[in-house]
Amino acid sequence: MIYFDNAATSWPKPPEVISAMTDFMERAGANPGRSGHRLSLEAGRIVFNAREKVAELFGIRDSSRVIFTVNGTYGINLGIKGLLRERDHVVVTSMEHNSVMRPLRHLEAAKRIKLTVVRCDRDGRIDLDELKKVFKKKVTLVVAVHASNVTGGIMPLKEIGELAREKGAVFLVDACQSAGSLPIDVEEMGIDLLAFTGHKGMLGPQGVGGLYIREGIALEPLVQGGTGSNSEQEVQPDFLPDRYESGTLNTVAIAGLGAGVEYILKTGVKEIRDKEKNFTGRLLQGMKEIKDLEMYGPENPEERIAICSFNIKGKDPAQVGHLLDREFDIMCRVGLQCAPAAHKTIGTYPRGTVRFSLGYFNTEDEVQKALNAVSKVREMA
Amino acid sequence: MNKEERCIITFFTVHQALRAEKVLIAEGFKISMIPVPREISSDCGVALKFECEEETRVAKILESNMVKIESIHHLERKGK
Repeated sequence: MIYFDNAATSWPKPPEVISAMTDFMERAGANPGRSGHRLSLEAGRIVFNAREKVAELFGIRDSSRVIFTVNGTYGINLGIKGLLRERDHVVVTSMEHNSVMRPLRHLEAAKRIKLTVVRCDRDGRIDLDELKKVFKKKVTLVVAVHASNVTGGIMPLKEIGELAREKGAVFLVDACQSAGSLPIDVEEMGIDLLAFTGHKGMLGPQGVGGLYIREGIALEPLVQGGTGSNSEQEVQPDFLPDRYESGTLNTVAIAGLGAGVEYILKTGVKEIRDKEKNFTGRLLQGMKEIKDLEMYGPENPEERIAICSFNIKGKDPAQVGHLLDREFDIMCRVGLQCAPAAHKTIGTYPRGTVRFSLGYFNTEDEVQKALNAVSKVREMA
Repeated sequence: MNKEERCIITFFTVHQALRAEKVLIAEGFKISMIPVPREISSDCGVALKFECEEETRVAKILESNMVKIESIHHLERKGK
């Protein structure tokens, strides 16, 4: 079996991730930070260590500013809805996922915010001069995806971040698709809010994501409740991470995420990036040689992560995906990948694409087999 | 009857308590994490116990590592 759906959820996971999770369930399955006893403390340490690892991965100095949430979408929603006030102006790229577009369109439809979408070119590249023009009006928040889940294209975060800072706007980055696969440094890239998910490039399980909140940025919590701290008060605490972590955390998932990030730090993001870039290069090269193939996104593997969207001329992507699964044992994702805005940008709406997304545990041999399979599917009726 | 002093640090959040633990253990201090004693009204359920004679150094290290504490308590305990 060939698993090319890592952009949906990475698989397989390093064995360390699974043992960290079973370890927690077997040895320390208590509530982190609720009680003073040994098991609660042990659970607390697991969460603390995961937080420290995530902070290290993203160049965050103070790990208390890393908030764990149930997934990346919740992190993005917290950043957007926690920050925005009536009549704020938000700027996004036209390559965003629905986890960004839907909360923003929701606020726009309720006439609470003004939304400007900066159109990207057909490869999904942003035009920084176009972006600059938007700032003629005051902008509260700029949202950009780090790497597109449709094309794999990488956004110039540093340049966007500099612009946002210069104009006094908050910069929120959706790193769900890139975290663990590309270097991220919140200082260097001028990121104020960084949303991530645990189950993709960070190699953890589903059910955990998060948001980094730069010091000085005040977000309204989306949910209030018990935090194990300030219990004599009936109002939400104002310190982090407690302010944004009401209710019991998904500690078993956080244990896995911590181990996943540790694996990444040990391996090195550069090593992961190089390996994935090699796959991308081979895939793009091989696809170019197959007749009737439509490809999307930047041609240069330097400009993208290991995601490759394509179509076979005249064939329905769903049918191609089905054949790849049934006849060739290749798992991939077809359709719109929850990102209609990105598909409109690259001209594949509403048809969608077939998407191969690779990870660190794929092999060159699998890339070759997949290329052969695509060739054969093209010839099938 | 011996009088024994216990020195305890309380925190607003378990995150800072665990940061304090990490920093102090790395510096070689003899500390332990304990449930907050009843005579202290604090509420992140865990506190950090350290050797009283180390107080100045402990406070300095926590400060230089920007660990936010609630307060340092000196509790008197009657000997066994």
